[in-house]
Amino acid sequence: MSNNRGVIRFIARRLALGLFTLFVVSLVVFAATQLLPSDPAQAILGRDANAVSVAALRTKLGLNHTAFYQYTHWLKGMLSGNPGDSFNAQIPILSYISDRVVNSLFLLFLASVVSIPMSLWFGAYSARKRDTLFDNVTSNTMLALASLPEFVVGIILVLVFSLRVWHLLPAVSTIDIHKGPWSDMKGMVLPTATLVIGAVPYISRVVRASMIEVLESDYVEMARLKGAPEKVVLWRHALPNALGPVFQVIALNIAYFAAGVIVVEALFNYQGIGGALRDSVRVRDIPVIQFLVMVLAAVYVVTNLAADLATVLVTPRLRTRMR
Amino acid sequence: MDNALTITNLRIEVAGSGFDIIDDVNLRIAPGEVLGLVGESGSGKTTVGLAVLGHARRGVKLAGGDVMIGDAAMLALGDVALRQARGRLVTYVPQDPSTALNPALRIQKQLIEVLEFHNFGGSDKARQERVVQVMSEVLLPSTPEFLRRYPHQLSGGQQQRVGLAMAFACRPSVIVLDEPTTGLDVSTQAHVLATVRDLCRAHKVAALYVTHDLAVVANLADRVAVMYAGRIVEQGTAAELFFNPSHPYTRHLIAAAPDMSTDREMVGLRGRAPGPGRRPVGCSFAPRCELATADCRAEFPAEREAGPGRLVRCIRPFEIPQSTQHVAVHSSPIAASATHALMVRDVCASYTGHEVVHNVDLHVDRGECLALVGESGSGKTTLSRSIGGLHREWTGEISLGSERLARSARDRSTAQRLRIQYVFQNPYSSLQPRRTVGDSVARPLIIGGVGKTEANRKVGEMLERVALTASYANRFPDQLSGGERQRVAIARALVSRPEVLVCDEVTSALDVLVQASIVELLSELRRDLGLAMLFVTHNLPLVASIADQVAVLADGKLVESGPTEKVLRHPEAEYTKRLIADTPQIAAAVET
Amino acid sequence: MTAADVTAADPGTTPEVASRKPPGVIRVAYRMWRTRVGTLIVALLAAIALFGHLIAPYGERDAVGLPFTPAGKTRKHTIFGSAKVGHDVWTRFLYGGKPILIAAVLATVLALVLGTLVGLVAAYNRGKLDDVLMRTMDVILALPQIISALIVISMFGATTILIILTVGISTVPRIARVTRGAAISVVERDFVAAAESLGESRFRILRSELLPNIAAPLLVEANLRLTFSIGLISGIAFLGFTPDPGAANWGLMINENRQGVLGQNPWGVILPVIAIAMLTIGTGLVGDGLSRAAAGIDRSKGGDL
Repeated sequence: MSNNRGVIRFIARRLALGLFTLFVVSLVVFAATQLLPSDPAQAILGRDANAVSVAALRTKLGLNHTAFYQYTHWLKGMLSGNPGDSFNAQIPILSYISDRVVNSLFLLFLASVVSIPMSLWFGAYSARKRDTLFDNVTSNTMLALASLPEFVVGIILVLVFSLRVWHLLPAVSTIDIHKGPWSDMKGMVLPTATLVIGAVPYISRVVRASMIEVLESDYVEMARLKGAPEKVVLWRHALPNALGPVFQVIALNIAYFAAGVIVVEALFNYQGIGGALRDSVRVRDIPVIQFLVMVLAAVYVVTNLAADLATVLVTPRLRTRMR
Repeated sequence: MDNALTITNLRIEVAGSGFDIIDDVNLRIAPGEVLGLVGESGSGKTTVGLAVLGHARRGVKLAGGDVMIGDAAMLALGDVALRQARGRLVTYVPQDPSTALNPALRIQKQLIEVLEFHNFGGSDKARQERVVQVMSEVLLPSTPEFLRRYPHQLSGGQQQRVGLAMAFACRPSVIVLDEPTTGLDVSTQAHVLATVRDLCRAHKVAALYVTHDLAVVANLADRVAVMYAGRIVEQGTAAELFFNPSHPYTRHLIAAAPDMSTDREMVGLRGRAPGPGRRPVGCSFAPRCELATADCRAEFPAEREAGPGRLVRCIRPFEIPQSTQHVAVHSSPIAASATHALMVRDVCASYTGHEVVHNVDLHVDRGECLALVGESGSGKTTLSRSIGGLHREWTGEISLGSERLARSARDRSTAQRLRIQYVFQNPYSSLQPRRTVGDSVARPLIIGGVGKTEANRKVGEMLERVALTASYANRFPDQLSGGERQRVAIARALVSRPEVLVCDEVTSALDVLVQASIVELLSELRRDLGLAMLFVTHNLPLVASIADQVAVLADGKLVESGPTEKVLRHPEAEYTKRLIADTPQIAAAVET
Repeated sequence: MTAADVTAADPGTTPEVASRKPPGVIRVAYRMWRTRVGTLIVALLAAIALFGHLIAPYGERDAVGLPFTPAGKTRKHTIFGSAKVGHDVWTRFLYGGKPILIAAVLATVLALVLGTLVGLVAAYNRGKLDDVLMRTMDVILALPQIISALIVISMFGATTILIILTVGISTVPRIARVTRGAAISVVERDFVAAAESLGESRFRILRSELLPNIAAPLLVEANLRLTFSIGLISGIAFLGFTPDPGAANWGLMINENRQGVLGQNPWGVILPVIAIAMLTIGTGLVGDGLSRAAAGIDRSKGGDL
C-alpha cells in the first residue's frame, strides 16, 4: 500500500528526533559532571587520601584526558553495554544495578497493568454518565487524589492499611533482591497502589474529556441519525477517535511512573533503581547517576515514540497524509 | 395525495427554562416534493430539521406536537423503533460533511453500515450491490479503490455526495437536508443540487431542505416556508412566494438578497431576531417592522390563508414596507486622476514556495469599487493579503498612488500603512475580545500620532458615521451582534481616513439582511469619502450591487476584467460564463 | 440615554447594558463553591506556613523530651508529643511549611514568566525559532523533574536557590507547551493580522493581543504547576534533601518521624501529611474551579443555537 512509505518516514523522523533528544541529554548530563566543584577522585577517596592514590585513581578513571575524549569514551561504553564502574561500590554498574532495574520494571509493569484499564473504564463511564451523581463523585474524588504528592498518598496508605488502623499489609517491602519481587506479592500491594492512585486521575480525566468531545462530534450525531445501535456508536464511531490523546497521556504517565518509583521506593524501602539513585546522589556516585538518568530519559523517549505510533495507527488522516 | 411528512403544533424548548426555541410549527410535504425551509441563523430551522428525526441536541427538549412520517409518530417512538426509523424511513444530510463523516472509517464501511443497521437487502451481497448502485446514483465512482478511501481523501463535493448516498441508501420516504451546500463552490453546489432534485423526483422522496440561501431555494424547492424567531411566518409555492411575498419579513429577505439579474441596490434591515426567552407577546417581527400596529404587539397573528396554498401569519399581508422599495443602482464615477489610487502590476504570490497567484495586473481609482471575484483556492485572499502587507511571499509591484509599497506591512511607513486599510472576513475574529470598541477603533489614530482626547472625539464621529452611536465605544465585542461588529471593523479601517480599503469577503459570515445593510453602508462611505475599494468575494450576485469594475480570478490567473455590467451580462471568458450559469438566482428561477 | 441612542441602536440589543467587560476567568471561577473552599483552605495553610512560627511554643531546635514520646509523657508540656531528637511536634509543624511554600511559589512564578515568554514567542514566530525553542523544551521534558532536581543536588548540594531554579526551569517546558498551544489559535485570528497591518511592534502584539486572550488556560496551568511544585519540593525534602537538615520542614518531618508511627507518637507524621494534603487539595480545588470557568467561557463563545 502506498500509505506505508508515509508511515515509515514518520517513524524514521520521530526516531531521529528521539535519538537527538537522548544525544542532547547525554551532553547535558556529561557537561554537568564537568561542572562539579570538586575533583571526583578526591571525592571518592575522601579528603584525607594522599596525592599519589588520588593521582592513580584519576588515571584509572580517565580524568586526565580531554573532556572530549572522556565524553566519547563514556558514550562508547554506554552504547556497547559497558557503562563503567560505580565509584562507590567499585564494581561494574550493570552488575550493581541489574537486579534493581528488574525490580523497578516489575513495579512499573504492575502499576501500568492496573492503572490503564482502570482509567479507561472510569473515564469512558464518566463521559457516558456525564453530570450524573456518579460522574460528580468520581471527578471530585479524582481531583483530590490528583492533587496529592505520591509520598503523601503512600504514607496515608501505610497509616491506614498497615500501621495504625488495620494491620493487613506490610509497610515495607522485604523482597530478597536476588529472588525477584514476585516472591513477595503482598509487599507489592501498597507500592503499586500508591503509583496507581497517582496515575488514574490523570489518565481517566483525559479519557473522559476525549470521550465527551467525540460523543458531541458531528459524526457521532450522524451515526445516531443513521440508526446505529448505541453499542456501535460507542465502539465503532466514538472510541477509535477518542484514543489519540489517551495514548499520549498513558505514555506520559509511564514516564511519570519511572520518576515516581524514586519516591515510592524510598517510602517502602523497595530495592529498585530509585533507591540506587538516591544513594548515588548522596555519595556523588557520578557514573551510576549518569547511567540511571540516561535510562530514564530513554524510557521517556521510547514511550513517547510508542504513543506517537499508536496514535498514527488509529488516525487514518495522519497515516495517509504524511510528509 | 397523502403527505409523506406532517408536522403539527411542534414545540421545542430550552431544556430546564421552558423558553420556546420553536413554537407552533405546522408543515406537510408530499412524496417527491421539496420544501425549502428558509431562515436566518438562530431562527430554529436546523432544530426543526433534527426534530423530524426525533432528535434534539443537548440542552434542547422536544416539548410538544407531532411529527408523522407515514404511520410513524417520530416523537412518540421508543428507543428501538426510533433507531429503526432513522436512516431507513427518514434520513439526514448534514451541513458540513467534513465533520459529519467519521474520520476513522472508510467510506465503504460508513455506507454499508446504514444498510446493515436496517438489514436492507437481506444479504451482504445485496448490500454490496446496493452500495455500488447508490454511488452511481449520486454520480460517484464505485470502484473498490474509491470505496476504500477515508473521508479526508475526498473533495468537499465528493464528501457531500457520500452524505447523499448514505441518506438515499435505504430508500427513505423523507430526507432532511441541512444546508448541505454551504461550504461548496457554486459549480459544485449546482451539481449537488441537481442530484438532490433528480433523486427526490425519481424515488418519490419528500425533502425538507433547510437553508438561509433564498436563491438556492428558488431554484430547488416546490414550496417554501419562511421561519422567523422559531415560528413559520409564511408558506407557499416557491414561484408565488418569491414573486409576491405576503409577509413583510419575507419581503425584506428578498429585498436584501443580492441578485445579478436586476438593477437594484440591496436593502438591509437593522436589528436582530429575538432569541428564546426574549420574545415579545405579539408578533416577534413587530419590533423591526415598519407596518406594525398596536394589534401586532397584542398577540402573535394566527395563521391565515393568503391565496391558494398560501399561509401567512401577519395581519397586514401583502402590504409593502416603504424601505423594501427597490432603488436603481446609479454609480457616479469620479473624474479619473493621472495615477491610480492602487495599482497592482505583474504580481505573483506564493504560499510556502508554491506559486498560487500568477502575474496579476489590477488598478483601482479614487471613488471606484473593484470586485475581485474567485472561488475558494483561486488566490484572491492571498492577493488581497499581499496588498494589505499581511502576506510577504510575493514579487512584482504594488503601488499606492505614486509610492511603491514594501512587501510586508512592517516594512512600510506608518503613513503608508494608514493609507491602505483592511477589513476582514469574520467580524467575530477581527476584534480583540478583551479590548473596548473605542480602544480598537482609536488604535490607528494613536499610531498616527493623534492625541488621546482628539482620538476619542474622532472615534465617536466615526462610530456615528457607520450608523452606530458614540456610546458603543465603551462596549466590548461580545456585546455586539455580527453586523455591529463588522460596522466597528469598518470604523477602525476608516478612522484614519485611508485612500484604499480592502474588503476581504466582509459579508460572508453574516446573514442576508445584515449583509445588505453592510453593503449599503460601504457603498455610501465609498461615495462620500471618495475611497478606492477592493471588494474581494466569491459571491457573484453581490458584485452587481456594489462594484463598478470586476476582475475574475481563477487558479491564480486573471481570466477576465472590465465594467461590472459588461462582465456579468456579456462575459467573454469560458470560466466566467460557467460561473454565472452555475450561480442560482431568484429572479431567473421565478420567471421560468 | 440620549434620543440618538434610541433611534440608532438595534432594537434587538439591550441598550441599558452600557459597558460590561467580558467576565474574566477568575470572576467566573469564584462563583463556584469549589474555588471558594479551595481558596479558604490555601489561605489557612499559607497563614500557618508563613506566620505559624510566631505562635510556636518552643524554638525550632529545642528539645522537649525523649524522641517519639506522646503528649503528656514529655519533659516539657506538649500538645502533640515529641518528634525525632526530642523536638516538639507542634513547634516543628508550625515552622515546617514556610520553606516549602515559599520555594514552590517562587519556582512557579519563575516558570510562569519564562514559560509564557517561550510559548508566546514560539507560537507567534513559528518556523525555525519555534522548532528550536520547542526541541529545547523536549530535551528538558525528557528528564523527569525529580531527576533533574536530584542531579543538581548531587552536584551542588540542596540549597534553596538551586531547588527553586531547578524546579522552576524544569517546569518551564510544561507551561511553554500550554501557552504555545493556546496562543497558536489566537495567532490565527484576524485581530492579530489587523494589529500587524497597523505595524504594531512584536512585543506589543505578544503583550496586548495574545496574552490577554490566553489568560484563562495559563492561569489553570500555573495553578496546576503550583500544586505539582509543592508536591515536588516537599518530596525532595522527604527524600532527605533539604538546605538545612536541622531545620523543620514538612517533607523531612514525614521521613524522620516514620519510626514514631510504629511506636508511641504518630503525630510527627500525621500533622505534616494533613498539611501537605490540604494544601495541595486546596490549590487543586482552585485550579479545578479555574479550569471549569475557562471551559465555560470557551463554550459560551460559540453562542449560536
